[in-house]
Amino acid sequence: MIEVKNIAKTFGNKQVLKGISAVFKPGQVNMIIGASGTGKSVLLKCIVGLEQPDEGDVLYDNRDFVHATRVAKIEIRREIGMLFQGAALFDSKNVEENVRFPLDVLTEMPLDEKCDRVNNVLSRVGLANANKLMPSELSGGMKKRVGIARALVNNSKYLFCDEPNSGLDPQTSILIDNLIKDLTDEFKTTTVVVSHDMNSVMEIGDYIMFMYQGHKVWDGTKEEIIEAKEKAFNDFVFANNLMRTLKEQMQ
Amino acid sequence: MIKSIGKYFIFLGTLFTNRESFKTYARLFIDESVKIGTDSVVLITIVSVFMGAVTTIQTAYNLVSPLIPNYVVALVVRDMVLLELAPTIIGIIFAGKVGSNIAGELGTMRITEQIDALEVMGINSASYLVLPKLLATLFTYPLLVIFSAFLSLLGGYVAADFTGVITTQDYTFGIQNQLNEFMVIFAMIKAFVFAFLVSTISSFMGYFTTGGALEVGKASTSAVTNSVIAILAADYLLAQLLAEYLVAF
Repeated sequence: MIEVKNIAKTFGNKQVLKGISAVFKPGQVNMIIGASGTGKSVLLKCIVGLEQPDEGDVLYDNRDFVHATRVAKIEIRREIGMLFQGAALFDSKNVEENVRFPLDVLTEMPLDEKCDRVNNVLSRVGLANANKLMPSELSGGMKKRVGIARALVNNSKYLFCDEPNSGLDPQTSILIDNLIKDLTDEFKTTTVVVSHDMNSVMEIGDYIMFMYQGHKVWDGTKEEIIEAKEKAFNDFVFANNLMRTLKEQMQ
Repeated sequence: MIKSIGKYFIFLGTLFTNRESFKTYARLFIDESVKIGTDSVVLITIVSVFMGAVTTIQTAYNLVSPLIPNYVVALVVRDMVLLELAPTIIGIIFAGKVGSNIAGELGTMRITEQIDALEVMGINSASYLVLPKLLATLFTYPLLVIFSAFLSLLGGYVAADFTGVITTQDYTFGIQNQLNEFMVIFAMIKAFVFAFLVSTISSFMGYFTTGGALEVGKASTSAVTNSVIAILAADYLLAQLLAEYLVAF
């Protein structure tokens, strides 16, 4: 479980996060949604420690992360897997080396065992025969799947995904969404996904948190979306025809 | 400016904290040594041979006097090569080739979130990426300077033989005559200092790149510019500090 308590972050004169609190439960896909520039990615960076919040706490299973020593932070980070927006694969390494990388650097595991784990996780994301391909030879969707495989190869307890559907066609988006959902169920990870894709939210979101201008405006389940009264949230959610039609049908 | 210098020293400090296992660095060190050292050999060879040849010809045409023996040309060439040409000029060329490469590589890794990926995994990205480059540069650059000095003197020999400005016997005698061994130590001290400056300044520029492809290009340019300025400033300081030892040796 990840608890975010009253996180605030300012860049220069602009306060990007204004006292965000939330609880992300294990075995659930927790989605942070909102329009571009509302601070979703900054919040994610504060949670994983790529940005230091000005105020507030982040607790990983009751372990303080923000104020932890560097060594304690490293211990927690080794339980984190993250899929970046552009997948962030290492250009000089092939698929197998990319996925094996956390095991090579962080563990003393024998090579055979590492290769078994890499092959298992690659087949789990549907890339069983892609071991020797270089990142430049992969499509956008394949890169994301390799990114997910790398995030999970070290049995991560916490999985973070920064806009996993960006730049993907609708079919591949659904594939990636389902993969995130299935892996969360299978490994019981605490999964946090930043997205502005309402299709993803309705497809896989268990807990949804909506951000607007640095504030948390609404949170709840996807079933509760229809009942939400907040204007900013409704403007965002029902901006597309599909969601408006869905709402009309349900009402 | 002061803020950047402070940030640079903090950055240097992070290279040595929370390091990964020795085995991890050993493999990276070998890879970087090949990339930084071996891949620079061709360029260094071409520059060094021509540098020695041109210095020999220029010196011979400028030391025309019945009072100066011919072998002095070779002696001057040798001293110039050992004191300045091999460590400093090759250092500037090295900054252009290796410095821009390091800054470009790290800058690209930064803007494509590869450095963030390392940090999220719990790896000290600065140490993991930069320390092997620093160690590989400290190891290979002095070897390149020795190689360059040898090739420059060889280039001078070929030029002497080819043009006949001095005889090869005079040249061979001149490069061995009155050798102050401290010059070699001086050249090695310079090589270590310049290697440190090029690798750390270029890494610093690349590691803290923000923005996109345009900024990566700017970081590479800044890496070369700042490395060259640092080399020239360090060259002057080292000359001030060590010249008296050169005389006393």
